[in-house]
Amino acid sequence: MRTLFYILQKEFTQVFRNKSMLPIIFVMPLVQMLILVFAATNELRQVDLAIVDYDHSTVSREMIAGIAGNPFFKVRENLANSQEAENLLMRNKIDLALIIPRHMDKDLTTTKSAQVQVLVDAINGNAAQLSLAYLSSVIGEYNRKVVISRIGGENNPIKTIIIKPTYWFNSQLNYKYYMAPGILVVLITVVGMLLGGMNLVREKELGTIEQINVTPIKKWQFIAGKLLPFLVIGLFDLAFGLLVARLAFAIPIRGSLPLLFGLASVYLVLVLSWGLFISTISDTQQQATFVSFFSLIVFIMMSGLFTPVESMPDWAQKLDFINPLYYFVKIMRSVLLKGSNFSDIFNEFAALSAFAVSIFGLAIFRYRKTS
Amino acid sequence: MIEVNEIHKHYGDVIALEKVSLSVNKGELFGLIGPDGAGKTSLMRILMSLLLPEGGAASMSGYDVVKDYKQVRLITGYMPGRFSLYPDLTVEENLKFFATVFGTTIQQNYHLIKDIYQQIEPFKDRRAGKLSGGMKQKLALSCALIHKPEILILDEPTTGVDAVSRKEFWEMLKRLKEMGITILVSTPYMDEASKCDRIALIQKGQLMSVETPQAMIKSFPEDLWAVRTRKIYDTSKYLELLPALISVNSFGQVLHLVTKKGVHTSKSIGQFLSQKGELDYSIEPSTATIEDLFILLMNHHKQN
Repeated sequence: MRTLFYILQKEFTQVFRNKSMLPIIFVMPLVQMLILVFAATNELRQVDLAIVDYDHSTVSREMIAGIAGNPFFKVRENLANSQEAENLLMRNKIDLALIIPRHMDKDLTTTKSAQVQVLVDAINGNAAQLSLAYLSSVIGEYNRKVVISRIGGENNPIKTIIIKPTYWFNSQLNYKYYMAPGILVVLITVVGMLLGGMNLVREKELGTIEQINVTPIKKWQFIAGKLLPFLVIGLFDLAFGLLVARLAFAIPIRGSLPLLFGLASVYLVLVLSWGLFISTISDTQQQATFVSFFSLIVFIMMSGLFTPVESMPDWAQKLDFINPLYYFVKIMRSVLLKGSNFSDIFNEFAALSAFAVSIFGLAIFRYRKTS
Repeated sequence: MIEVNEIHKHYGDVIALEKVSLSVNKGELFGLIGPDGAGKTSLMRILMSLLLPEGGAASMSGYDVVKDYKQVRLITGYMPGRFSLYPDLTVEENLKFFATVFGTTIQQNYHLIKDIYQQIEPFKDRRAGKLSGGMKQKLALSCALIHKPEILILDEPTTGVDAVSRKEFWEMLKRLKEMGITILVSTPYMDEASKCDRIALIQKGQLMSVETPQAMIKSFPEDLWAVRTRKIYDTSKYLELLPALISVNSFGQVLHLVTKKGVHTSKSIGQFLSQKGELDYSIEPSTATIEDLFILLMNHHKQN
């Protein structure tokens, strides 16, 4: 134990003597929380819509007025023909074009159904779907009014089912609530994987590992000495990032903080061990950075942080069973937003613990004092 | 104290050590002399249990370097060829760290390092990375000694160190030897060989000779002449045609001429040079240096 204490003392001295360490510890959480949370959003603020009205009837004008009154759409009216709308679409001036054909009013009266055409710029598939859905719901709303006034009327109400959704745990569908916990996961993952791993490879590059290897320091003591300082820094950064998220976005903290930090410790041991494992198989910091970076990107993109895991293909969902980020993103969101307790997330905890133990073991196994 | 028995090691196609056998006595200052790439570092890393041999066995103070590597590491101090202390820790922090991981304190073994450490103590709060080459060596030696090892293994400790520091360093080794520590030291500098009790000449993974420096010089089997001339290049070209020649090499301003034993005299070589029209020269018999012997053995090895 005494040896471990001195190893830790040495590691902490070195960490805080490193000039780039303090900016990393304090600036990175600020940048990630204050910039990434805003940037990583699927929410649409305003959509440019062009309307071509060939009908010029009361019905079409009523419908256009309904759409123009919605702040979500920035409407360009009075287009001469659909060719002009297409040109605007080509030149990225608009996202959507609504084309109302001649005789819409007449069709609605005589055949009881009418058609409109919507052109959508689908370069960004996500945004295209969202804006079309908004437009459809606005037109649908108008459609319902027409149906009620023409068929039913005040005296003869028709029966419809109206869906009134309640969004649990995030009633305003505030995407920041959703993103901030995920960005926090990325934050401590980067801290753990890069800082911890770099540290061991640095000893290889400097040659100091040669001197360490001839001492009676045990493998686990050496690895623990590389792990614990960054575990502390990782937890500190989590607390700091959480504070920033709380102050900047008022994200809810519904679950227990001790539970969250306990799980974060398990997760950090896992990530740090992964970083250390990479550094045991690398000879230079450059190699280690590259391998860490590669695995980080794969883990992050597949974690469900930006895109829901449920929309991934089946095989990708199965692959996520071995993605630590997948579990921890889930844990973070559940504990912070839902207030999940330990038994709610026991499965995720069990998976993380199993990974943490096996990767830590792997790192110790791979770190050899003899070549 | 150190027993090496037919140690074998290769890296891919390159043979690093070929059936090397060696024995170092207790309290001996033993030098491993050879050029870069001769296998000195590989042998030392095997002895320090940092590298596994492919064949043969080695033991340090009776402990097998493969099986009993833990004991081996406890009783030996090692100074790798490259400075390998923490550059971001201070002089004192480095020393304290290596003392504590060996379960001892600076005070406990201060008497061992006193002579050496006193010279760098004024800089004890300076980071190790900011020390000069000579001071780095002193700190590294202190760190290797702090756990009171029976054996010291020093890999080219004087490479890249100035002449004064080199001399000081050898004096320190002599004092450590007097304290009863067995020292195995490697160097590419032939002139340092005479400072050792015994030396081994190593080349391409093979030991060519193991002897005391004096005996090694005495054992020089051929005749050696020192030839002084103004036109070193021309004269050496002429001498290459001399009958019974073994080699001619320039040692600064002097040519060392090696000829088969008992064939030539100063006079016969002088006559040969005069025939070639070379008149401005002096020839005298000379005693061999370790370097002469090394070159002779190296050429001999090449021919075989």
